[in-house]
Amino acid sequence: MYQVGDLVKELSDKHGRDRSSLMPILQGIVDKHNYLTDEAMVEVAKELDISAAEVYGTASFYTFLDTRERGKYVIRVCKTITCSMKGKNEILQTLEDMLKIKVGETTSDKMFSLLETNCIGWCHKAPAMLINEMPYTELTSEKVVEIIKSYMTK
Amino acid sequence: MINKELTKVDLIFEKISAEEVLRKAYEMTSEEIIQQILDSGLKGRGGAGFPTGLKWKYTAAEKDPEKYIVCNADEGEPGTFKDREILDMVSYKVYGGMAIAASAIGAKEGIVYLRGEYRFLLPKLLAELDTFHRMIKEIGYDFRIRYCLGSGAYICGEESALFESIQGLRGEPRNKPPYPTSSGVFYKPTSINNVETLVTAMMIIDHGPELYASLGTKDSRGSKVFSVSGDTPTPGIFELELGMTVQQFVNEFGDGDTKAVQVGGASGFCVPRKKFAETIIGFEGVPTGGSMKLFNSSRSMYNVLHNYLEFFEEESCGQCTPCRVGCQQLLKGVEKVKKGEMKSTYLNELVKLADTMKIASKCGLGQSVGNAFKSIVENFREEIIY
Repeated sequence: MYQVGDLVKELSDKHGRDRSSLMPILQGIVDKHNYLTDEAMVEVAKELDISAAEVYGTASFYTFLDTRERGKYVIRVCKTITCSMKGKNEILQTLEDMLKIKVGETTSDKMFSLLETNCIGWCHKAPAMLINEMPYTELTSEKVVEIIKSYMTK
Repeated sequence: MINKELTKVDLIFEKISAEEVLRKAYEMTSEEIIQQILDSGLKGRGGAGFPTGLKWKYTAAEKDPEKYIVCNADEGEPGTFKDREILDMVSYKVYGGMAIAASAIGAKEGIVYLRGEYRFLLPKLLAELDTFHRMIKEIGYDFRIRYCLGSGAYICGEESALFESIQGLRGEPRNKPPYPTSSGVFYKPTSINNVETLVTAMMIIDHGPELYASLGTKDSRGSKVFSVSGDTPTPGIFELELGMTVQQFVNEFGDGDTKAVQVGGASGFCVPRKKFAETIIGFEGVPTGGSMKLFNSSRSMYNVLHNYLEFFEEESCGQCTPCRVGCQQLLKGVEKVKKGEMKSTYLNELVKLADTMKIASKCGLGQSVGNAFKSIVENFREEIIY
């Protein structure tokens, strides 16, 4: 859990208070806190003067606007056909072993969440994954270990 | 049958002076621009293939003073990654294409809808946009572009779902008609074009429509950027003249053991080896937004089909029943046949369901699930059953 504080106000000042400002505001919150709490969505609803159900309805439609608690670094491993053919399972296994969590879970220190995702547009450099917005491609188990280590020491 | 040799082309990534082309376009009337695009024979490069010139013509004809040009950069089709590369390498040509389209249709505002998966590109794209804005202001254009980001929803590549998303709503496709040319984003007349289409339009204004029309075939003019992946020694992005057969493509990109090519991504068609020679890549054969995935004989086509169906089952927006329930049932159905819980003849029932989805689904997603489903089941039936 996090406190939204003035973030919703700041984002609304920046993006406006129209319905079309809703996506950038929600994206801004996720940018900072990695997921949306009920409290955050209610705050956004108040700020835009729409019902909280509308905010939740929109947020829950989009995979990247998580309404479940996520870690500081959200790992999304591509599971679509080319990545799947080129060793996605091995990459997932490496991540699960290293982070000691299963797909869908978050580490107890709230640093990493491990998820699968649909095609992220790196099929020619499969397998690929995103950590927050950063893509990592042509993955091998060794490479993945190095990448995660670098995030652990960030 | 007329088909062309496989020929590499360099139009999309060719370095040009955007300023020169935009100065030239600035002196042209709306009618002149539209006529050149019509003469070139350019069809939309996102996959659906609507003639770009007509789209601009219809939008230009609308009386509403508030109009939009939207660039669809929500490239989500499995196996497609050319739009990311185009934006990364030559964003100024995407913006240039938008400015030209804006002059043609009479829009003052442009919106690029970029998929969330490509957000890492945004800082660079915005810096390049700043430079672009300064340049067109000097020429005299009254036109601004802004970005909207997606958040991981394949369906938002469907034009009306994309508009909903820009408006801050769930990305659920609208009923058509009305079409975007009369009621698009914010319910205003909108021309929505794929990234590659906009760049191509700019190159047509630069080189003239004759060059472009001289490439390709009658139904598929010009060249196209292909995203090549799967079992190939040379995965990547290639701009090729349209009109080649799948065989010619496989000769160039295959690994010597290609058994099938999925043309057009999960919503496209699977072409088996025995049909390589007779199938043309283009609107007269198998149309594609550029996704070309090669599978060699070590791959199980059941796994391929299962992967696609899982994809659709997750990405269906759930709004209309044929697509929501259809995707679930197709997935469950092939699993049951594979496990032997249902007889192989059950596949015939599933094919009928896919046909129903094609007729009854509200948008392109549900309508095209049957493309991959039927072409894989019909050509690789034994792999699905055993």
